[in-house]
Amino acid sequence: MPGAVFWGQLMNDRVLRVQDLAVHFKVREGLLFNSKTYTLKAVNGVSFELNAGETLGIVGESGCGKSTLARAILGLIKPTRGRVLWLGEDLGKLDEEALRKRREDLQIVFQDPLAALNPRMTVRDIIAEPLWTFYPRIARVQVDERVRGMMKMVGLLPNQINRYPHEFSGGQCQRIGIARALVLNPKLVVCDEPVSALDVSIQAQIINLLKDLQKKLNLSLVFIAHDLSVVKHISDRVMVLYLGRAMEISSRSALYKRPLHPYTSALIKAVPVPDPKLARIASDTGLTGDMPSPLDPPLGCVFHSRCPYVVKRCELEVPALRRMENGDWVACHCAEELDLTIGKAPT
Amino acid sequence: MALLELKDLNVAFEIPDGEVHAVTKLSFSIDAGDALAIVGESGSGKTQTMMAVMNLLAENGSASGKALFKGEDLMQMNAADLNKRRGKEIAMIFQDPMTSLNPYLRIEQQMIEVVMHHQGLTRAEARAHAIEMLRAVRIPDPERRIRQYPHEYSGGMRQRVMVAMGLLCEPDLLIADEPTTALDVTVQAQISQLMTELRAKSNTAIILITHDLGVVAGLCDRVLVMYAGEAVECGTVEQIFYQPKHPYTKGLLKSVPRLDQPDDSGLEAIPGNPPNLLLLPEGCRFRERCPSAHDACRDTPPMQLDGQGHAWRCFLGPTDE
Repeated sequence: MPGAVFWGQLMNDRVLRVQDLAVHFKVREGLLFNSKTYTLKAVNGVSFELNAGETLGIVGESGCGKSTLARAILGLIKPTRGRVLWLGEDLGKLDEEALRKRREDLQIVFQDPLAALNPRMTVRDIIAEPLWTFYPRIARVQVDERVRGMMKMVGLLPNQINRYPHEFSGGQCQRIGIARALVLNPKLVVCDEPVSALDVSIQAQIINLLKDLQKKLNLSLVFIAHDLSVVKHISDRVMVLYLGRAMEISSRSALYKRPLHPYTSALIKAVPVPDPKLARIASDTGLTGDMPSPLDPPLGCVFHSRCPYVVKRCELEVPALRRMENGDWVACHCAEELDLTIGKAPT
Repeated sequence: MALLELKDLNVAFEIPDGEVHAVTKLSFSIDAGDALAIVGESGSGKTQTMMAVMNLLAENGSASGKALFKGEDLMQMNAADLNKRRGKEIAMIFQDPMTSLNPYLRIEQQMIEVVMHHQGLTRAEARAHAIEMLRAVRIPDPERRIRQYPHEYSGGMRQRVMVAMGLLCEPDLLIADEPTTALDVTVQAQISQLMTELRAKSNTAIILITHDLGVVAGLCDRVLVMYAGEAVECGTVEQIFYQPKHPYTKGLLKSVPRLDQPDDSGLEAIPGNPPNLLLLPEGCRFRERCPSAHDACRDTPPMQLDGQGHAWRCFLGPTDE
């Protein structure tokens, strides 16, 4: 049956499946005898899937749980609930040793490039460390060769191999971080705001580099950012997070033309346009107030306290993430009624 | 007469490895009620320029040149005279709202201090004024909120408090150093909108220091682009965004990720890195990263003027590509 073959193919391509993932933290507030314990639901029931060679952008404002989600996917934080399936295997069920082996496939690039590198190690040692960890008996010559190859690949000069991180600029440090993440030939790289600490001209260099490397190595990428304009240039699909919940998961082409969720639409409108004529007629985001404290999120839809389209139902009932006709996902009661096409006046 | 006029400002820092030239021979002026953006990457000297004007440089820093504010040179002024102007006639909003408020003092205390000092109001009057200002920047329930400490405010609210404090004495000039950089995009949009409104209301001149060209387009009338401590281009927003002349400005505009571009258009990055300020290259400082560099660029390029307020530091003529 051709359908079954197609489905089998699809299942094979799907490298990562995250199901109902939740990470809750216990937080204590107040003084000694007066203290109360709260539960901070940093990530609260997030599900998505990722194919081989695909890039998923994750966007959200500070406190929405995007970094926690990144760490939970890689098993750096133990999830409170839910599963992370890597090539069909539940990472949460593996013991320490087995999980360590899987880590060869799963790597991360951090936000602050300088802070993520040990200042007392040379570039050689930094990039080679994963190699020594996974292949302790590897020959030194081989390591050097591999490190030089990686440096060339990310656009560093191999003759700088004996230098220390402080001798490099921010953009170059991020290149070192990327080389370290790729030295083991991983299949999935999670990039946690890899360009937000960099200047615009350098930011573009790093985005282009990641894009090239992904094509060359057929990597699956999870690219986290707080800004929709950065994500647009690298993602195939985009997930929008708000207070630990996925508001929308859409293909890039659909999301930027006609977002399904009011929060996505507000995020798009909030991005400043570098064009004086367009900026002056820029539309209001329609959002009021600040993001509520994640310790005390609104009942019902978490976004209802700031949503310009709020109805009674939003205050009572948590909207489930559901699939729309075009295959995109949204968590909004009114998704069918709203037409949030960008550039169109709200109705 | 210009409200603030800088003439040949130099700022240098003494460090163990030598002298860092943060700002070199910078001149510009701003008129009353105008909004000027100073744009540049980290290390381009945009912040240190304004720190020098406010006499807030770090101990190892030194500045020379002239900064004429209403005709008086701020650089030659003693602390007492300067204090009469700082906070009252010139106010500054710093980049990081988390660290610019004193965590031990209530918002009330921090806000009324300035007004009582400069306008000689009583505590009650100053308090009423501060509450008014908080309401203007849309802090909900300001009567209760003013009694709180900074940690009880969110990041966006703290930055709004900073804006309110900056505008308390209705200064003639507000210097805003990356006022929205530390904030989330939706809050950023709110603060930008707020500054536009307040500017229209009180006719305050604004110098906006930023690296974000998007914010500039919506907020400012004129733009000064800095690179490695020098002004490389200056003009109206229309001139800078639609007819940039300097290759650095062109490159900067192309490297900004935009939402209104087709999906698969790549970003055009500027290759290389900014020069080390300890070892500045001879001639044009952008030479090594410039796509149009040629032999002549080993000499210092002249500042060219087109007669309509547009100036650029490059050998390329007004019509060269």
